[in-house]
Amino acid sequence: METLWFCLIALLWLGYLFLEGFDFGVGMLLPFLGRDNTERRVMINTIGPVWDGNEVWLLVAGGATFAAFPGWYAALFSAAYLPLTLFLVALIGRGVAFEYRGKVDSERWRKVWDAVIFVGSWVAALGVGLIIATTVTGLPIDAAGDRVGSPFAAIRLETLLGALAIAGYALVHGAIFVALKTEGEIRERARRTALKISPIALLPLVALLLHVAGVWALPVLVFAGLALWRLWVGREGQAFAFMGLAVAATVTVLFASLYPNVLPSTLDPAYSLTVAGAASSPYTLMVMTWVAAFGTPAVLIYQGWTYWVFRKRIGVQHIPAAH
Amino acid sequence: MEVLELARWQFGITTVYHFLMVPLTIGLSLLVAGMQTAWVRTGNERYYKMTKFWGKLLLINFAMGVVTGIVQEFQFGMAWSAYSRFVGDVFGAPLAMEGLVAFFVESTFLGLWIFGWDKLPRKVHLACAWAFSLATMASAYFILAANSWMQHPVGIVMDEGRPRLTSIWAVLTNNTTLAAFPHTIAGAFAVAATFLVGIGAWHLWKKSDEEGVWRSSLKLGTWVGVVAFGVLAISGDIQGKLMFEQQPMKMAAAEALCHTEEPAAFSVFAIGDVTRPDCENVKSITVPALLSFLAHNDFSSEVKGIQDLVPMYQEKYGTNYPVDPRLGELSGKPIDYVPALPVTYWGFRLMIGFGAISAGLGLLMLWLTRGGRVPRGRWFPVTALAGIATPFLANSFGWIFTEMGRQPFVVVPNPSGVDGVWMFTAQAVSASTPGEILTSLIALTTVYGLLACVEVYLIRKYVRGGVAGVMPAKTDDGALAFAY
Repeated sequence: METLWFCLIALLWLGYLFLEGFDFGVGMLLPFLGRDNTERRVMINTIGPVWDGNEVWLLVAGGATFAAFPGWYAALFSAAYLPLTLFLVALIGRGVAFEYRGKVDSERWRKVWDAVIFVGSWVAALGVGLIIATTVTGLPIDAAGDRVGSPFAAIRLETLLGALAIAGYALVHGAIFVALKTEGEIRERARRTALKISPIALLPLVALLLHVAGVWALPVLVFAGLALWRLWVGREGQAFAFMGLAVAATVTVLFASLYPNVLPSTLDPAYSLTVAGAASSPYTLMVMTWVAAFGTPAVLIYQGWTYWVFRKRIGVQHIPAAH
Repeated sequence: MEVLELARWQFGITTVYHFLMVPLTIGLSLLVAGMQTAWVRTGNERYYKMTKFWGKLLLINFAMGVVTGIVQEFQFGMAWSAYSRFVGDVFGAPLAMEGLVAFFVESTFLGLWIFGWDKLPRKVHLACAWAFSLATMASAYFILAANSWMQHPVGIVMDEGRPRLTSIWAVLTNNTTLAAFPHTIAGAFAVAATFLVGIGAWHLWKKSDEEGVWRSSLKLGTWVGVVAFGVLAISGDIQGKLMFEQQPMKMAAAEALCHTEEPAAFSVFAIGDVTRPDCENVKSITVPALLSFLAHNDFSSEVKGIQDLVPMYQEKYGTNYPVDPRLGELSGKPIDYVPALPVTYWGFRLMIGFGAISAGLGLLMLWLTRGGRVPRGRWFPVTALAGIATPFLANSFGWIFTEMGRQPFVVVPNPSGVDGVWMFTAQAVSASTPGEILTSLIALTTVYGLLACVEVYLIRKYVRGGVAGVMPAKTDDGALAFAY
């Protein structure tokens, strides 16, 4: 039962990285792919109806960790306090920016919110990467699960590599998404950008996986390669799907290398939080399993339907002149 | 300052702030869904315009509620990790359910509603409005179930020093939750109602276009407000009676009732220093025997005072904090079982007072605008707009009262429940450094302050713009663009 919940939480993180990954990417690429205000509007409208739903995957991942593994939730969130604070501020900023950007018709107003989206998306993507790398590579926690030492214990070379890995993935994923959802000049620009940046942008991800899991980095490399090949021949949909497989492989490899720990202690392996040690009682896990068994398919269905409703590509001609 | 104080200030500030957005979102989204239903059913353009106008204000507010909500979920683990470890087996479940069952629906269908005006069939689009507005209520239910469990833990056994969940049903049907839910939802409707009344009255006075929109909004707001106030009073009374049983100290503190009285009088207004648990120097205007009735439905019953409750609490829950370096200054010190009396006493009265004003104001506005009348004096819009603040204040004071009133506990012992399940707030914080909490406190407060200015600015702008300001623009290819 604990193992099932460990897998479910990995699945929630996967959903989050796959979905919010591209809306982070769109924000991170906003000033580069969007040459003028109308193009930036097009980019934002590709994620407009869905970014909020994507973000809920994070909240549910957090909530499910709290319910299923209170020890993990408490130790990780309190030990990585400052990076998480920065991450939250970034999420707040970009969330509000999406909603408020178009509410006042002024060049300056839009510039400010564009900057917030850009910075917020970068910081948030880096932040998620840092947190995930932290839980995989561990923290100096004592027997009680409390951090010993510096508030900056979560900021190390390997966690910074994790931050860059997820940010780089989000860049490529976001560019492919823009290519998939737009038409005209911006679509072509997004496609070329994805191809151009991916050798460098995906490098940290590969490095992280090699560091954590050795040869198991291979599947990720293969899927990412396939994605770029399909993008090269102009099949954006297939490229996007292969990026999905790449991130699924990434999450699988990272969490498999973590198991049976949930948060290793870098002080003493005996202090590491394990799946069994950090879990809630069997009854709570059973209740949560029932909720997830009915809830998750429903979420997948209606979120899938949202993507179906907004399946059409968007171009500059869809943007009203006044905005 | 110590970690405990900083973490409490942070929780207080972020939660009160979050709960400025939440009730407006809950109340307004259901009212907007109702307006849209009226439009779809009657085809009357007035209801369409109402939906668009109030819907726009709803969206401006919704965004803030969503982003400040993320902080709420994360800060349990960040700043209150000892609490999270202690209660995780029980408390995490309703939070996770809120995300999985309610919040997903809310944010997905809100996105569909914003962008779906020209993409979905009219009735499907309307269904999206109902989906997200009902989900906001479901969200509130799960969060209140979690909060009520802290006020009154049920459905558990004590196992290896921690509460272990034995019945999720007991947690979800906790009588504390069942009383808190209608009270909170009615409070949310009171906020939305006064919002409609205040802005509607201002537009009538301004003689803005679309007089019918403003008259209908004012009328709707008034009646919703009156019904909400009725529900607030009844559910508040039920909640009060439960709390006299479940948290006698909180209710004694709400009255600053020092000595046990039989029958007990209700204090309407106190002059002097209510901070002292011995009641010296306090003169109070009272209604005889009313408190006995509020507590037990019986005008002659006894109500326990603070001075008699303290020894009872000491006997049951100990006189001193354990000796534990994590408790900092409080380690081994005597436990102060009396909540901050000025906060509980005045918080309780301000909640009731502002709530009553908001309902009265609605009725006054309806009477003043009867039969097509609109008063011409400047006092009229000023009163109407100032009135918008009253239910917000009532909600905030209500929460401040109920959360401060349970101190020094973060999980209040259930007097008839499982032995040993309680937690002092001082034991709940993370082993963080004060610098960490101070950093996030400053960062979040600054960001929240800035965003408050932006939200108020935007709401003002769209209120002034009236109906014309929210109608969709045409795009180059002739399609209507419904987007940000």
